[in-house]
Amino acid sequence: MATEPGVSAPSIPSLVDRYFTRWYKADVKGKPCEDHCILQHSNRICVITLAGSHPVLQSGKTIKSISYQISTNCSRLQNKVSGKFKRGAQFLTELAPLCKIYCSDGEEYTISSCVRGRLMEVNENILHKPSILQEKPSTEGYIAVVLPKFEESKNITEGLLTQEQYEEVVGKRINVTTATL
Amino acid sequence: MFPLIAENKRVAWLLLSTGTCPRCIFRFCAVDFHAPYKLPYKELLDELQKFLETEKDTLIMEVPNPPLKKIRLEESEDAIDNLNQNGEGRISVTGDGSIASKNSNINVCNVCLGILQEFCEKEFIKKVCRKVEASGFEFTNLVFSVSFPPQLSVREHAAWLLVKQEMGKQSRSLGRNDIVQLKEAYKWITHPLFSEELGVPVDGKSLFEVSVVFAHPATVEDCHFLRAICPDCFKPAKNKQSVFTRMAVMKALNKIKEEDFRKQFPCPPNSPKAVCTVLDIECAHGAVFVAGRYNKYSRNLPQTPWIIDGERKLESSVEELISDHLLTVFKAESFNFSSSGREDVDVRTLGNGRPFAVELVNPHRVHFTSQDIKELQQKINNSSDKIQVRDLQLVTREAIGHMKEGEEEKTKTYSALIWTNKAIGKEDIEFLDDIKDLKIDQKTPLRVLHRRPLAVRTRIVHTMETRYVDEHHFRLHLKTQAGTYIKEFVHGDFGRTKPNIGSLMNVAADILELDVEVNSFTEGRSLAH
Repeated sequence: MATEPGVSAPSIPSLVDRYFTRWYKADVKGKPCEDHCILQHSNRICVITLAGSHPVLQSGKTIKSISYQISTNCSRLQNKVSGKFKRGAQFLTELAPLCKIYCSDGEEYTISSCVRGRLMEVNENILHKPSILQEKPSTEGYIAVVLPKFEESKNITEGLLTQEQYEEVVGKRINVTTATL
Repeated sequence: MFPLIAENKRVAWLLLSTGTCPRCIFRFCAVDFHAPYKLPYKELLDELQKFLETEKDTLIMEVPNPPLKKIRLEESEDAIDNLNQNGEGRISVTGDGSIASKNSNINVCNVCLGILQEFCEKEFIKKVCRKVEASGFEFTNLVFSVSFPPQLSVREHAAWLLVKQEMGKQSRSLGRNDIVQLKEAYKWITHPLFSEELGVPVDGKSLFEVSVVFAHPATVEDCHFLRAICPDCFKPAKNKQSVFTRMAVMKALNKIKEEDFRKQFPCPPNSPKAVCTVLDIECAHGAVFVAGRYNKYSRNLPQTPWIIDGERKLESSVEELISDHLLTVFKAESFNFSSSGREDVDVRTLGNGRPFAVELVNPHRVHFTSQDIKELQQKINNSSDKIQVRDLQLVTREAIGHMKEGEEEKTKTYSALIWTNKAIGKEDIEFLDDIKDLKIDQKTPLRVLHRRPLAVRTRIVHTMETRYVDEHHFRLHLKTQAGTYIKEFVHGDFGRTKPNIGSLMNVAADILELDVEVNSFTEGRSLAH
């Protein structure tokens, strides 16, 4: 959308930049280029999204379907939270899978939580319209919302990359690719 | 004038001979008019003795116990000391030597522990009044409250059993409520003295309270035996220093059997060496309320102090800009700010203003003319251009309730400056003006999800009115149901508010500025009266 004519940058930072800090995890579970982006709100809420460098967002990919069924008896769609204290939420470790993305080329990608915390909600909109995941990966195409424990909220980003570090990682990849060519 | 009659004689003599003061004797003889209690102590004692003198000999004949010897010797000081097992000099509790020395020839009453003795004297009342005057409170009347040590109830109970038994011999009965309460008698005596000394009436409804707390350290253990008998009356509570509260002791006394009580506690109660001590003399003024309306013209000012992890995010707040002045002028201890709704830190509040009220806790100054209040409002308004206050006025506590009423049913008017990523023309926004009563579904915004339940709430956007600014900006005036999250309605909150301005226009929209217009004329009237 950044290339459309008549599009301008707003006079203030974007919604994401105003309220969230971007954190990244590269090559999640050792799978090359499967990068995730975690948007951490100042109130400790984390929104799990795909990083721009994730294979699903590369040109030519078509998403066939998305599934929150992560095993035969566990679906993230069953997650229910109630009350101010969000009782009943599924607990997620850093490695906990959130969903699977199936592409028309037969590839299959698993999206992980990347932060420890309790699952607040998953984005059901992407089930009905997978294309928004590719069109607006860092806003409407988010994967899930996770609430870290209050006492852990300061440390959950310890193993994650900052924007700068992430750009460095991606930059190196391009160099490697061009070098091998 | 002397209130006792022939049938009171036995009881009066019994009590006097066991170390009870004349005023307590009146109480146990159910003397329920004030005048006799107010007589000078010495005079009361003399009159009482004269009253008993006439039949003393016959009475002595009938009383089997040692007290008969002692009553004969009443006039001699040695004998009195002997009676009270009180060899050493009495300790003055008030720390006021003159009172102690003046009354040192008076036996401390075994029932009231001096409450109806030296604590009824003018000297003591004057001492309390000096404290009241020094406290610097403004007042036109006062309520006087006293707190007695809980063991007084135990002694009262013992004396009652004694008197009841004595009256039983005469085939007369005495209910617990037939006795004049110690507190009542104390008030009958002291209230006129306070009025005289301070020149204002004593009024139970007064907001100005003078309270005196008495203790009697030497006899605190008087009530401990009750715990063994009624353990369930003495359960420890978090905010209680001792389980022996007056209420718990009263409850246990109501439950305990007469014979059990008599086994554990002497009837008559033994005579104490010293009168009560004064733990505390305190003055306090009930809260007063100030209400008004405020406008907020800053996008960097939270409504209440914004503190996270003990760290201040912004140096001021609406609450402080208003209340700090009130606190100073009313010389209050603290304040509580409340308002009809609230706005975000970056939202301006326009229109005729948001109703608010400030409770001033323990104010020392309470008398203000309307001119004073006008000047106070001016002072607030001159001190900051971030907020302005109007209709400032003194109100009752009840009026604050009206302010909070119907907060949720109201319609709110907003003005938002909106940015769109795509270039727009007037024709791209006109359609919004035609949308009426649009139903929107809002999931709890991510920005408040950490402290509110996750839910989908349906809200109604009643009307929208657009004003084109340039190809990426327009102004939107909205009338919505109260409780609508406007910011989320504009940018969509990751698609969690549906529909939103972005989805309606098929652009990415963001909100750059938001103002809320609060126009509350009806509230204004209820605040004014």
